[in-house]
Amino acid sequence: MKILTANRLTDGECLWYARGGWAETIDDAEIAADKEAEARLEDIGKAAFAANFVLDVAMVDIELVDGVIRPTRLRERIRAAGPTVRNDLGKQARSLAA
Amino acid sequence: MYRYDEFDHEFVQARVAQFRDQIERRLAGDITEDQFRPLRLMNGVYLQLHAYMLRVAIPYGTLSSRQLRMLAHIARTYDRGYGHFTTRQNIQFHWPALSDIPAALADLASAEMHALQTSGNCIRNISADHFAGAAADEAADPRPYAEILRQWSSVHPEFTYLPRKFKIAFTGSERDRAAIQTYDIGLHLKKDAAGELGFAVWVGGGQGRTPILAKKIRDFLPQQHLLSYITAIIRVYNLSGRRDNKWKARIKILVHETGAEEFARQVEAEWEALKDSELKLPQADIDAINAYFAPPSLPERPEGDEAVRLARLDSKSFADWLNQNVTTHRHPDYAAVTISLKNIGETPGDISDSQMDAVADIAEKYAFDEARVSHEQNLVLPHVARADLKTVYDALVEIGLATANIDLISDIIACPGLDYCTLANARSIPVAQQIATRFASLERQRDIGELKLNISGCINACGHHHVGHIGILGVEKKGAELYQVTLGGSADENASIGDIIGRGFGPDEIVDAIETIVETYLAIRSDAGERFIDAYRRLGPAPFKEALYAGEAKAA
Repeated sequence: MKILTANRLTDGECLWYARGGWAETIDDAEIAADKEAEARLEDIGKAAFAANFVLDVAMVDIELVDGVIRPTRLRERIRAAGPTVRNDLGKQARSLAA
Repeated sequence: MYRYDEFDHEFVQARVAQFRDQIERRLAGDITEDQFRPLRLMNGVYLQLHAYMLRVAIPYGTLSSRQLRMLAHIARTYDRGYGHFTTRQNIQFHWPALSDIPAALADLASAEMHALQTSGNCIRNISADHFAGAAADEAADPRPYAEILRQWSSVHPEFTYLPRKFKIAFTGSERDRAAIQTYDIGLHLKKDAAGELGFAVWVGGGQGRTPILAKKIRDFLPQQHLLSYITAIIRVYNLSGRRDNKWKARIKILVHETGAEEFARQVEAEWEALKDSELKLPQADIDAINAYFAPPSLPERPEGDEAVRLARLDSKSFADWLNQNVTTHRHPDYAAVTISLKNIGETPGDISDSQMDAVADIAEKYAFDEARVSHEQNLVLPHVARADLKTVYDALVEIGLATANIDLISDIIACPGLDYCTLANARSIPVAQQIATRFASLERQRDIGELKLNISGCINACGHHHVGHIGILGVEKKGAELYQVTLGGSADENASIGDIIGRGFGPDEIVDAIETIVETYLAIRSDAGERFIDAYRRLGPAPFKEALYAGEAKAA
């Protein structure tokens, strides 16, 4: 399974493609379970890059753990949360604040 | 300290205006990322894992209080309230928005700072011994020559698109505190028998995936030939360095494959044609730059000896700090103070905006308005009267920057690693934090003695793991972090590249492995005066391998 991610051009914020748009959290990212769905997400990523909305577009491997999206690579888990050494920074800080 | 002249101001401001326009065009969609990326890199702007990163140049690691306050202002206004000092004596901000960068650069320019040539395949910011101008063992302050090279290399038309990045470092002492043998060019300022100043020239050092120590290609280059000789070296490299393979493009590969002797012959041949050209430095120009670096006038403060003696008796923590963080100055009434940015359990090299402001105040009041960044990711106050040491110490205690661990096992060099860096394969910071915490006892650290432990989160080696007495390299194996250990590296005048000791360790094993290595050293050292590196050089890897892996062999 894969999801589509990128960084926003204006501020570098990590984004994931979710529910027809780009979200600042990974939780609702649209999951591609087959090649066809992957190709569709890749096209969306290319279009968003071409439209100068995002950069560093990538498809990343994930698994579902109790229904929650968990990237396979630590790198992507850190992108989704923030630095592991600073819980007050990154996405994780916002969920603490909420 | 160097002050911008009219040309410098105009140059930096023009570059800010130019980059502002480029960012505006990028945000408007008028230029593509492929067009913009090399432009932003030339201005020190990277994209990291969570955000953009702005790397600001700190030439030869020297900062005025005003500049340090400006860095605090950048951290507070455009970032998340902190900065990270790097092994190249620069500072990185990990969270700026691209749209804020023009304003940040304009603010930096007002304090005579910029982010130019902190990336790209050009001559990067030039580094120097952090005790330059203060060290008791120095032939002369090397920073005027670093400044001459900075001016000469800024947007140098011939050397803006080299095969790969190019780094130059200076030391003015036999004791190399600037790691010059790990540089593309390392320059050792010294005096010849007649008392004339010149340089030993080292070429072709570097770390990364192919660590190689520099070779000395000239023992003494008279100072007036600095520009012509460096031009000759980089010209040979620019012509013959590989551009087909990024991993073989650094000058270290060219020197290694050509052979140092043949490379030196090519440089000398090139230099013959250049040495009497306009690149020959007139003494008046050298003197003019030297004048900017005139040492502060240091009034006699003989009361320092008695003040330090009494304060030492009065406070054990002050005495510990004095023993560990205070270095002999060329003037007997003064000392150089190293401010550790390695608090136990915190991120090596990180400093908050308010701490930067406070250090700037201390530097202004007690250190002739000057601070330095060391490649070991600490700050230095180069000129403090011994009579003021206790006051400075108390002020540092107040802001949480009085940890007494310089050159000890918790004074760890660590790159940002996978917590921030898009190139990293594994985290560096948590490993540094856990090791420092395991060895938190100052008594234990001092018993272990000088031990340089360096950690990189990928093979690019920003954390200088190859030249740590103990080096740790984080890799990714089957989706998990794995840490390889090297032993016996050193970055000083007796530089060496560490040896990989054996299989790597998982995140839950690495701290125990380091402790095993340290305990092995304590058991085998000839006496308490034999440093880790000396014991390793005497006995080799065998006892450490035995301690780390013998149990496995028996079990297998």
